[in-house]
Amino acid sequence: MALPSYTETRYRIWHYVYIAICTFVFFFLIAPLFVIFPLSFNAEEFLVFSEGMKNLDPDAFSLRWYKDMIYGTKNPWGLAAKNSFIIAIFATIGSIILGTLAALGLSSRHMPYKGIIMATLISPMIVPLIISGVAIFFFMAKVGLAATHTGIVLAHIILGTPFVVITVTATLSGFDHSVTRAAASLGSNPVNTFMKITLPLILPGVISGGLFAFVTSFDEVVVVLFLAGLENTTIPIQMWTGLREQLSPTILAVATCLIILSTLILISAELLRRRSERLRGINR
Amino acid sequence: MSSETKQILTTDGIPLEVSLKKAEKKNKIKAFLLVAPLLLFLIITYVFPIGEMFSRSIDDKMITNMLPNTFKKMEKWDGQELPSEEVFAAFYYDFKVLVEKQEHGKLGQRLNKEKNGFNSITKKLFRQVKREKIDESINIKEQIMKVHKRWRNVEYWQAIKRTAPPYTMSKYLKGIDMYYAADGSITQVDEDRRIHRILWLRTLEIAFFVTLFCFLMGYPIAHLLATLPMKYSNLLMICVLLPFWTSLLVRTASWMILLQQQGVVNDFFVMIGLVADDSRPEMMYNKVGTYVAMTQILLPFMVLPLYSVMKTISPSLMRAGKSLGGTPFVAFWKVYFPLTIPGIGAGCLLVFILAIGYYITPALVGGASGTLISNQIAFHMKQTLDWSFASAMGLMLLSGVLVIYWIYNKLVGVDNIKLG
Repeated sequence: MALPSYTETRYRIWHYVYIAICTFVFFFLIAPLFVIFPLSFNAEEFLVFSEGMKNLDPDAFSLRWYKDMIYGTKNPWGLAAKNSFIIAIFATIGSIILGTLAALGLSSRHMPYKGIIMATLISPMIVPLIISGVAIFFFMAKVGLAATHTGIVLAHIILGTPFVVITVTATLSGFDHSVTRAAASLGSNPVNTFMKITLPLILPGVISGGLFAFVTSFDEVVVVLFLAGLENTTIPIQMWTGLREQLSPTILAVATCLIILSTLILISAELLRRRSERLRGINR
Repeated sequence: MSSETKQILTTDGIPLEVSLKKAEKKNKIKAFLLVAPLLLFLIITYVFPIGEMFSRSIDDKMITNMLPNTFKKMEKWDGQELPSEEVFAAFYYDFKVLVEKQEHGKLGQRLNKEKNGFNSITKKLFRQVKREKIDESINIKEQIMKVHKRWRNVEYWQAIKRTAPPYTMSKYLKGIDMYYAADGSITQVDEDRRIHRILWLRTLEIAFFVTLFCFLMGYPIAHLLATLPMKYSNLLMICVLLPFWTSLLVRTASWMILLQQQGVVNDFFVMIGLVADDSRPEMMYNKVGTYVAMTQILLPFMVLPLYSVMKTISPSLMRAGKSLGGTPFVAFWKVYFPLTIPGIGAGCLLVFILAIGYYITPALVGGASGTLISNQIAFHMKQTLDWSFASAMGLMLLSGVLVIYWIYNKLVGVDNIKLG
């Protein structure tokens, strides 16, 4: 952002103020995440930077809280992690299947009542989570699925499908329907056409929608707090309980792992987005 | 001409028009069948239960079903003086049925909510009925009135009559700190007990200011991201996207560490001499904490829609504005800013909708003065177990959100939501 040489002084000053504001905002966005890293290696039990840490004394750092996270008995992080992954994986598969089918139907120009149906399918994303939580809890309690994995998976499918519907519909908006007609005219049946032609082309959209659904399920705490019993505890529930009761450094160790996980997800989502944009012919 | 077009036949001998309509219908059904599984799933597990919340919130059938004969006889009663022997007798027989089913206790509790003192007099009446002290062959009214003096008080019978309708709006009235007074009129609760109105206003206030802060912080960086060359902006975009993908609880935890009294932010304030070491300000468990944490958490939802709109604005427009004699500020205000208004609308409404239903962050960093309406709903769902009140509050919040959603749809359209 080099300024042209003819810029007046007051605009020059404004430009630097603007850069300073932007730097501050970026710092505000990203810095809080990095506080967690060093503190999770704290050798002491307090959540503040000790004198030793400030002087970079190696004795002030330790892997104590990571050990506690894996072997500790006070918080069942192992069970929580297992539950979280199982629930998130099944919820993601369910969301992808239901969401992709619905997106295919919605992108057809023959679809009747498109507006109202789209609004209904997106609604779990817009309705405040607490209301979704209450409604889903009433349903699951009535059919006897409260405090079961199945109930939580179904709840997370409800919350995850809107993301798949949105990303896949967006991918399909740039989709050239003549290729499926070409396949059909060459004698392919609809299922074969979908598997061999449509799916590979919309796959980036499907996967990035799936990533959203996975993260939604993996981070979800409001609905799961209504639904989960002791057996169904998840990482977010454990973190929620931990943050409410006592902030132990073990939580920071877990948080660090979660940040690493979200970084990996971010990288894959970005790569997918660029690939799908390249496929759609959007060059920036 | 038109009669000739109708004559066109397909190879099967069916008129073309009919054949096309058939194909169109087939396509419609095909498209609908693809959407049907998700639609059905959502209607059964989601839309329908929200409807059930509504019936739950207005449901007041319990007493209506408990005292069916009494209410039938009461229809003729004017409610001014003590009801007739007929009503007393009907009440006695209804009550006897309840005693047999051992449900008299529930009746007493529910009536006690309507008017204090019912619990003890229904217990007294229960004992008399149980011991069969009441002679059904003579005047029942006299005998019931002898059980306790409150049965002689017309106000108690008026209270019973008020519980007759199977539906009530009282939960909704409670949500805005109002109630049905003894004479049936809608009255405000005492000033020192108006807690819900404070919560509604606080929720709106916090949602409004968080949206404002997000806009003020999001606009400059969205602009920077949209105007920088690709290789720099991609790098900076990570600063926006990483928090977006990171768990809400992780981000809340990091703010709890930063904002605590011995935390990094306070350390920094002490270091630059803004505050003394022994008078570190309390920044968590109050509104400050809620504002700071919620702004950071919701900021990506403002930046992303703004960015996607700004990306489409050609830089040559600003150059044209300047070359026509506008100063950079004028060119920005008259050319660039109006073009970004769709993005501003989308971002602000998205952030506002999310903020108004926020629950986790206010519950953790908000303390008492940072709790919002969602926390109150959760409280009634889990602690008081007053599910019909929680439903009523939830639906009041939902109707507010739907109005905003409708505006959002009018301004940008739900199909235009973009993610990342």
